[in-house]
Amino acid sequence: MELTVESLVFLLFSLITLGGALMVVTTRNLFHAALFLMLSLFGVAGLFALLTAPFLAGIQVVVYIGAIAILIIFAIMLTPQVTAVRPTNSQWIAGVVVAVVLFALLVSIVTPLMSELGVEGWSAVFTEKNPPPVPADSMARLGEAFVDPQGYMLPFEVASVLLMAALVGAVMLVRPARGAEDEAPQAGAQE
Amino acid sequence: MVPLWMYLLVAAGLFSIGMYGVLARRNAIAILMSIELMLNAANINLVAFWRYNQPAQVGGQVFAAFVFVVAAAEVAVGLALIINIYRQRRSVVADDVDLLKW
Repeated sequence: MELTVESLVFLLFSLITLGGALMVVTTRNLFHAALFLMLSLFGVAGLFALLTAPFLAGIQVVVYIGAIAILIIFAIMLTPQVTAVRPTNSQWIAGVVVAVVLFALLVSIVTPLMSELGVEGWSAVFTEKNPPPVPADSMARLGEAFVDPQGYMLPFEVASVLLMAALVGAVMLVRPARGAEDEAPQAGAQE
Repeated sequence: MVPLWMYLLVAAGLFSIGMYGVLARRNAIAILMSIELMLNAANINLVAFWRYNQPAQVGGQVFAAFVFVVAAAEVAVGLALIINIYRQRRSVVADDVDLLKW
């Protein structure tokens, strides 16, 4: 790979993404894990920008970092921090094995490694380097496609209903039970 | 531009890290964060395939946007469930929630 500015920026954002993700799954302190999750999501936003998808990069920052990560931090603060005990369960070795095997399989398929090693018909060929440029009005066409009856209007409306249902469901789940004082001994008995 | 497989490689790494987190972490909120990582890996793939194969269409970006919507809904309901479980059982460790176990 020739060293251009673009490939350097790609490398930087990839390292941010993968390094942040590694810290998310390994760090003991859950609050730090949430901050590293924000870093990792920021790296993904950079990759989106590099792929000339500025709209997605924007909503990645606004929705993921601005809303979802903050929601997760709220939940972390509402529940107790148990940093003394180990952060992984008893099957973490099996988890490592599964993740490494999965990664090796994916690498063998998506990269040209296997065909360079001489194994034919195993890896898919994803070596495109110079795709045609994105049309300048790509973002406007994306917005029109969302509300076009011939385009994605029905999935768009269904997604709105899904969000609404999730919102109502979340409120229903965390709403304190009516007459919570009466149920308090029952909740205590379950401990 | 860098070849397409490099983006797919980053996405594969992100997905595998998320997979490890889902399998190995004890805290339910940490598991939810790992799921977010996996969803992001899928999104990188969607946008990369759109950019390299069909940049004149909008389908790839539309799919990625729907993944955002589903992720937001999933986090809202998931965190509500976790907080509700914490209220009932005083624990957010996934192993402790074994009501449905034999």
